[in-house]
Amino acid sequence: MMDKAVADKVIIEPETEEKVILDDIDRKIVDITQSGLPLVSRPYNDIALRLGIEVSDVIARMKSMQDSGVIRRIAAVPNHYALGYKANGMTVWDVPDDRIHELGEKVGQLDFVSHCYQRPRFLPEWPYNLFAMVHAHDRAEASLLVKKIAELIGEDDRGHDILFSTQILKKTGLRFNQ
Amino acid sequence: MDALDRKIINLLQTGFPLTEAPFLDVAVQLGVEEKELLKRLSDLLENKTLSRFGPMYDAQKLGGAFSLVAVRVPEDKYEIVTAIVNSFPEVAHNYKRDHDLNMWYVLATDSPEKIDEVNAKIEKKSGLKVYNMPKLEEYYIGLNLPV
Repeated sequence: MMDKAVADKVIIEPETEEKVILDDIDRKIVDITQSGLPLVSRPYNDIALRLGIEVSDVIARMKSMQDSGVIRRIAAVPNHYALGYKANGMTVWDVPDDRIHELGEKVGQLDFVSHCYQRPRFLPEWPYNLFAMVHAHDRAEASLLVKKIAELIGEDDRGHDILFSTQILKKTGLRFNQ
Repeated sequence: MDALDRKIINLLQTGFPLTEAPFLDVAVQLGVEEKELLKRLSDLLENKTLSRFGPMYDAQKLGGAFSLVAVRVPEDKYEIVTAIVNSFPEVAHNYKRDHDLNMWYVLATDSPEKIDEVNAKIEKKSGLKVYNMPKLEEYYIGLNLPV
C-alpha cells in the first residue's frame, strides 16, 4: 500500500483553534458538570443553586457554550464494550489532500464512526492521512464497515488499513485544568 | 437491559434538552414517568452500561492540547517501554495495536509546547522514535450506536 503514497505537499501545522472566551462562572459550570449532570428533576437549577445564580442564567450560558462548540453536545455516552461492541478498530486511509475535507465530512457522518480526523503522514512508512474509529461487535463486522467506508471513498482510496486494539495499557479520564 | 433501557439509551445518545425540567420533557417523549427515567439512568450509570451522562466538552476549546502518538516497539522491550510511557501523567490513554507501529498513546497537556517536550523525553528514555500525529482537522466526534 505504501508504494501508492504520493508526496503531496501537506501543511503539517496543527489546526489553530480560536479559543473561546469563558468567564469565571462559565468555568465553574464546566467544572461542576464535566463528570456528569446531576440526576435530579431540575439539574440546571441544582447547578444554579450551587453557584448562587438564576437557573435561566445557567441555561443561557450552557446554550451559548453549545453554540460556540465548547459543549459538543449534552448526551448519554454508552460504554461500547459493555454493549457488545468489542471490536474497536482505528481505520486509516491514504486519500488525496485536495479531497480530504470533503471525504472526511462524508466518512464522519457514518453512524458507526465515532471520531474522524485528518492527521499528518510520515512518508514513506506511514502514508495515511485520514483516521476514522469504527465500532463493531467482532472483527468480521468491522471488516464489513471498512468495506462500506472504502465504497464511500471510491477511487480516492489509495490504500487503507485497520488497527485493532489488543490491550489497553493505560486509560484515565480526562479532567481539564481550569 | 430491557426494551425501555434501550429506548432511553438510543434517545439520549442523540442529545438532552436545556430546559428547566429536562427529564420530564424526555420522559413525556418516552411515555414513562419522570421518576422511572431517573431511576433507570442512575442504574445504567451504576452498572456501567453508560460511561457518562452530561455535557461533552471540547477540551481543545477550553485551552488544552492533545496529540496521538505512535511508536514501533520491539516485542522484547514492550513491557519496559509501556512503563516509561505510562509514567508520564500527560499520557491519558495508551493502547497496544496489531500493527508494526504497535503502541499508540494520547497526550493531554495544557499547552502545545508541552506535547513536544513530553515526546522528546519519551524518545530519550526509550531510545525509540515517536511519530507525533496531532489532529490537523476534525470532521466529527460522536456516535450513534443502536443498542
